[in-house]
Amino acid sequence: MEKNIRIGIGALAGLLLLRNLYVILFNLPDEMAQGPIYRIFYYHLPAYFTAMCCYLTALAASVLYLTKRDLRYDALAMAATEVGLAFAAVNLITGMIWGRVIWGIWWAWDARLTWALICWLVYFGYLMLRQAIDDPSERAKNSAVLSIFSFVSVAITYKAIEWWRTQHPGPVLSFRTGKQLIDPEMERMLFTNFLALALLAFVMVTVRLRQEDIQRQIDGLRRRAHAL
Amino acid sequence: MDSRNIQFMFWGLAVAWGLLAIYVVMLAARENRLQKQLESLKRILEDKQ
Repeated sequence: MEKNIRIGIGALAGLLLLRNLYVILFNLPDEMAQGPIYRIFYYHLPAYFTAMCCYLTALAASVLYLTKRDLRYDALAMAATEVGLAFAAVNLITGMIWGRVIWGIWWAWDARLTWALICWLVYFGYLMLRQAIDDPSERAKNSAVLSIFSFVSVAITYKAIEWWRTQHPGPVLSFRTGKQLIDPEMERMLFTNFLALALLAFVMVTVRLRQEDIQRQIDGLRRRAHAL
Repeated sequence: MDSRNIQFMFWGLAVAWGLLAIYVVMLAARENRLQKQLESLKRILEDKQ
């Protein structure tokens, strides 16, 4: 049953992504100043929002682990972080490709880009830390503390375009500016593609969680095999 | 329209889809590996018992 729900949501995400790709490529007009390259934003921004949701999930799961000491919350934090890193990588690399055309450079050490990279590295470090600790409870406790501190970099990345004058464009979405700075149809597509990527991320997290469950079964069986 | 603009747009979209596809393949490969390990351990335990 659970597997069928996962397959259903995955199929829905896949169909929505394909439908969105068609609309992005063939139905939506070019942006007046940037030309076709602006279409990268339909992946760049939604991937960033999806990564933020994953990091937020990891934060909540880490807090829950520290209060309840249930290893399932630790597994959720790890799964959400790993999936978040994949989406954050999409955000960073698509941004670099857009920057190469619009700015003429692949990278600028401005506040937003630098913090986005720091955020990615900090969460990558979280996964590395997990590899280095064998004891499950010790690993979960240390990882949870690191995950909570790491979320500071997510918040700074989000606010960087408001706090500092950056080469990165400022906020454009209506929920942040309170004004309609971009075409409503374009904004709608950004959110539709966010929905598709968020559904995909949800399926990925549940698959990763299942794998952690199998890994726990394997560890248990190994201990039994050694004891016999 | 600048052809480089279109070319980079396609690269951007390809990277977005490609990275996610690579992660899905990695997830599937890990799932296969874990299932094989689990089955093999279950067989070993049955033999020992």
